[in-house]
Amino acid sequence: MADTTTGHGFIRHGGRKLSDYLVFNTDHKVIGIQYIVMSFVFFVFGGILAEVIRAELAAPGVQLVGGSQYNQLFTIHGTVMIFLWIIPAFTGLANYVVPLGLGAHDMAFPRLNAFSLWLLPPGALLLLLSFVVGGAESGWTAYPPLSIQTSAGQTIWAISLQFVGFSTIFSAVNFLVTIFNMRAPGMTLTRMPLLAWAMVATSIIQILGTPVLSAALAMLTLNRVLGTNFFAPGAGGDPLMWQNLFWFYSHPAVYIMILPGFGVISEVLPVFARKPIFGYKLIGFSSLAIAIVGFLVWAHHMFTSGMDPLLRIPFMVTSMIVAAPTGVKVFSWLATIFGGKLRFTVASTFALAFISMFVIGGLSGVFLASVPIDIHVQDTYFVVAHLHYVLFGGSVMAIFAGLYFWYPKITGRLLDERLGQLHFWMTFLGFNITFMPLHLAGLDGMPRRVADYDPAFFLPNLIATLGSLLLAAAALPFLFNAVRSLFRGKMAGPNPWRALSLEWTLSSPPPVHNFPTPPTVEHDPYGYGESVVRSA
Amino acid sequence: MSQPTTTHKYTTTGLDSRKLGMWIFLATEVMLFSSLISGFLQMQARSPAGANHVLNIPLTAVNTFILICSSLTVVMALSAIQDGDQKKLRTFLLATLALGATFLGIQIIEYRHLIVGEGFTPAGSLFGAGFFTVTGFHGFHVFIGLIWCAWLILQAVAGRFTAAEHMRVEIFGLYWHFVDVVWIILFTLIYLL
Repeated sequence: MADTTTGHGFIRHGGRKLSDYLVFNTDHKVIGIQYIVMSFVFFVFGGILAEVIRAELAAPGVQLVGGSQYNQLFTIHGTVMIFLWIIPAFTGLANYVVPLGLGAHDMAFPRLNAFSLWLLPPGALLLLLSFVVGGAESGWTAYPPLSIQTSAGQTIWAISLQFVGFSTIFSAVNFLVTIFNMRAPGMTLTRMPLLAWAMVATSIIQILGTPVLSAALAMLTLNRVLGTNFFAPGAGGDPLMWQNLFWFYSHPAVYIMILPGFGVISEVLPVFARKPIFGYKLIGFSSLAIAIVGFLVWAHHMFTSGMDPLLRIPFMVTSMIVAAPTGVKVFSWLATIFGGKLRFTVASTFALAFISMFVIGGLSGVFLASVPIDIHVQDTYFVVAHLHYVLFGGSVMAIFAGLYFWYPKITGRLLDERLGQLHFWMTFLGFNITFMPLHLAGLDGMPRRVADYDPAFFLPNLIATLGSLLLAAAALPFLFNAVRSLFRGKMAGPNPWRALSLEWTLSSPPPVHNFPTPPTVEHDPYGYGESVVRSA
Repeated sequence: MSQPTTTHKYTTTGLDSRKLGMWIFLATEVMLFSSLISGFLQMQARSPAGANHVLNIPLTAVNTFILICSSLTVVMALSAIQDGDQKKLRTFLLATLALGATFLGIQIIEYRHLIVGEGFTPAGSLFGAGFFTVTGFHGFHVFIGLIWCAWLILQAVAGRFTAAEHMRVEIFGLYWHFVDVVWIILFTLIYLL
């Protein structure tokens, strides 16, 4: 099916010239790049929104924007960063790398793959249009009754997310079929790169979770457009039903945003520690465990929403259980680098930062799972700090680790390491200066999602705003580096990191149809260090 | 792009990728309808008892029978092309299309009667909200199935299916059976209980 070398007319396969990247193209490598570049546009856009938010919060009182505009800012910031930056960025990386790592010539359904990608621009366009008619302003969580009372932008917001939802569902189908059906001879399930395992877990969540969001969004849209009073308390409807459906998807969605990151880290660390990954099966299975347990925790977002107090206990327990498989991974990574000859490249530095930052975010997550603490800090900046440690300190660090690692494979040239180190340190410091103080503001009771705040919170907010400027500036050396290295970067050769997974056996960039002959696989790709006894 | 003609393409599991993909996609459909059905049940729980008395059970029972028959004709269509019988394939696909369209037509008549005749509307009551949403989504799935079926008929007329290559008929069958099963659940939950 994918063996069309040239394609015809509108549909192309393979990236030989720039215009191949601007159209409907069925090559998974082109689609991967399209995802990554597109997601970066939204990263910058969402980042600009974040800077306006931080500027407004630089001092108490209302400076730049009014309450309604402020609501729109954080609503679109959250929506863009989740649905148009982190998720597509990982989808793009995995799209590029997973088929190569499995020894496949493409994804299982190349046209569906392209279709998934091209669902995103109309979705994104709608999201931006919603600004014009008075944007959505009930947060990315869109709780009714506010979300059924606000302006028409909320309807457009809901419809735009349907596009994004379809995109993720189709790409999840594609990943699962690819991973189960397209492996090279000898590539058993336990010889796959761990990124493939991570994508199995991620895709399962997307398959089982996303349609629940689709249903909830459909009911919200009907509630707004046709007057079906699903969520309208005045007419007997049930606003809590939205919360249940929304979080049934959206809590697992945080694992959609972090599991591929786990996979990336599991690929990067062994290469630079020159040691086999520690606990291959534990890492693979713990991804599945997170995916499954992740479906049993959603109501921990609703401890203060008026649920039966007795029900809080099981949800607290399941939420805390998630820490167990996650901890297994963290210790596996630590054991992987322990005693290794760690090389500090930008990729491995981002990977190490991922572990430390993610552990901070993970631990504050265990705090939040605890009912009494959650009741105290619900809807405060403690939650904001927590989620940014997970999603920025975790997911975004992992995206950068993956980009620095695979950029030479994708482009054939190395990124400049010194600019990369500059990018890393600006990101790492800027991130911590921005979000660490917000823990304290939150513990002291500063409420989130309000444009103004008590003057007592001035200092942590000023620090956070200054930190956010550094964080924003950190994007510049990266973007400069990424563009400049395309033309001026050192030639990478097939395997600059001396890595063992299959993509590194090919030229950089790989040929259009990947493997001239399907490779035969005899062991997992983590056999670093000769004297180590191999279990596979 | 032309359709694949290789019938015994190598896959790791030995399963046809398109079939595996369809099964996985149906898992998302299960979750979609589970969510919509729980939405319906929640609305029903908040409605006065007997809110479903406005519904016409005999008419819908006939309609349910028609849809179940269309599942049978899909099986017959697949069985026909497995034997290489092109004419029977076309006949049974056409029968499926006709039965499905009849189902949808009766559903539209039912909607019209409920809205115009009984004043039972999506916005009028919580039960109406749940009813029209979940049955509407199902009807939309039938509609998609009809377009798909019509497209398969065109392909069948063009002689694109053979005894060796009929996976796309089989995959459509999976979808169509799923839509039927959902309806049986909906009929039981909404009309009978």
